[in-house]
Amino acid sequence: MTESLPDRKPSRRDFLKLIWAVFGGAAAVEAAGIFIAYLQPRLAEGEFGSRITVGMVDDFPAGSVTHIPNGRLYLVRLPDGGFLAIYHRCTHLGCTVPWDQALGKFVCPCHNSQFDMPGNVENPPAPRALDLFQLTIENNEIKVDTGTVLQRQAFDETQVVYA
Amino acid sequence: MTEEGNPAPAPRSMFDRMRERLVPDGLPEDDRGRIRMVVNSLVLHLHPAKVPERTLRWTYSWGLGGLSAVLMMLLGVTGIILLNNYTPAVPQAYLDILELRSNVWFGELIRNLHHWSANLLIIVAVLHLVRVFLTGAYRPPRELNWLIGAGMLVLVLAANFTGYLLPWDQLAFWAITVGTSILSYVPLAGEWLSRLALGGPEVGGNTLLNFYSMHISFIPLLIFALMSYHFWRVRKDGGLTMPRGLDEAEPPISERVTTIPHLVRKELVFALAWIAALLVFAMLVPAPLEDIANPDVSPNPAKAPWYFLGLQELLLHFHPLVAGIILPGLAALAVFMLPFFDTNPASVGVYFRSRRGRSLTFLSAGLALVLTPLWVLLDEYLLNWSAWLPGWPALLSNGLIPLAVLLLPLFLLDEWLVRSFKADTEERVLFIAGFVFTAFLILTAVGIFFRGPGMGLYWPWELPVAGH
Repeated sequence: MTESLPDRKPSRRDFLKLIWAVFGGAAAVEAAGIFIAYLQPRLAEGEFGSRITVGMVDDFPAGSVTHIPNGRLYLVRLPDGGFLAIYHRCTHLGCTVPWDQALGKFVCPCHNSQFDMPGNVENPPAPRALDLFQLTIENNEIKVDTGTVLQRQAFDETQVVYA
Repeated sequence: MTEEGNPAPAPRSMFDRMRERLVPDGLPEDDRGRIRMVVNSLVLHLHPAKVPERTLRWTYSWGLGGLSAVLMMLLGVTGIILLNNYTPAVPQAYLDILELRSNVWFGELIRNLHHWSANLLIIVAVLHLVRVFLTGAYRPPRELNWLIGAGMLVLVLAANFTGYLLPWDQLAFWAITVGTSILSYVPLAGEWLSRLALGGPEVGGNTLLNFYSMHISFIPLLIFALMSYHFWRVRKDGGLTMPRGLDEAEPPISERVTTIPHLVRKELVFALAWIAALLVFAMLVPAPLEDIANPDVSPNPAKAPWYFLGLQELLLHFHPLVAGIILPGLAALAVFMLPFFDTNPASVGVYFRSRRGRSLTFLSAGLALVLTPLWVLLDEYLLNWSAWLPGWPALLSNGLIPLAVLLLPLFLLDEWLVRSFKADTEERVLFIAGFVFTAFLILTAVGIFFRGPGMGLYWPWELPVAGH
């Protein structure tokens, strides 16, 4: 016991030290976990995040972009009559992107990212196309599920919903 | 205390005893008394009883650490007063600020004082860091205090950033939206971190409550603890580093003078002068306040708080992972490592280390002064990496490739210094830090003064006037 050789058996003291370290560490991890769990977002029901009814198909002419503020989205009807529900949040740093009717594109005021009507990036710094929400049409009524944000790199035909 | 042979002292009244206990006897008249007073006082004993006269030179430390402490105290006092007129809820927070400005006695003055002290604190804390850097005062044995100081700078920025949201106006809402979105680019945990900070998918009532609680409890408590430790550590590490001129070979021997009055008097006059100046400033210049936050309308331009505009400027030019995470991460790592690889004790206390060090610093700062605006203009009007590299992922075409193109000349310059001039570690540190720091200052200035609607480049006099 006098020499600390590398292969000596653990003493009672070493063992107790180890036990303290293990349980102390576990307690610290638990406390940190509780704190983080406590800070998790608490979402109120019925707010942005639910499934909302936007309107009737015929309310939106082909080639139009309509802002739906309570859904945080643009209802885009492409020139061919197809629908997209585009999240109005810039994929760069989260600013609300206004639709510029004169230019015919979305222009972000924060860092000048620009997107075309289906949401493709025309000018960086935005790293990807504007996000989508799932859109369904039942009995000519347009419904959008704002609970799940669908990320995409770029626009393609499969994203479009037709009446 | 009656003894044989001595007459008993006259009985003292209760009021005499109260006065003796509560009112100090007045200032000590000899050095021994002065030393005893420092040693026996809770606050004063953060100072040593005597200090080398030379370290008291105003032009060495510029009183920057002390001024930071004064500003922290002002912020604590005004912050506590402000708590009485503030509700961290939407939209009541904004209404409370309007009420504070128009209907509360001295409400506007207290708010202005808090606002301007907080902004000044950032400048002063950064200057303090620059002073400590330029005099090599982070070197052994002061490594730990350098790290504590850097940690406090991060906390001061966090305190400013969380406080920025509290008025719940357009300025606050969009600055925090932009600022917290950077978090979502942290690899793997980004979305989760951003939701945790915001308390939801976007800035809202939960964010306000989160930031409020951080701003008034966790951050100030931590700063207070670290500040106390920082002061104590200064004393433990042997006080301020000994100032030395560029031509003095040996650290000079300086006469030691008593802390009272030589140091304490200076500190009190300095603090009083700054408090007076801030009070006048707060009376004359109101803190900005815009319209109530509107999540549907981003103002144009939407800018982060001014101290993050250098970062926002980087975000205009690079992919967010590079501008928001990699570059700040590298800078933080360099600050953290500095006292462990740049350790030469011989040049501690000398501004710029040596004549050659001074020339190198000015050379690199001058280079950055010319190259940074040039690069901003080039990137704005000529360079278009994503168009030149179509089909490449944005992280490469708009991030790592331009970054490599920019860092290469700096690397070559550094190599050239080593080969042609046999530059040693401390000279290379001065050169690179001088370049990077100046470049960041210029980016910040571009963000503040030259970015207008659509984040286009404008002359400062063409910019719309912010606020009301």
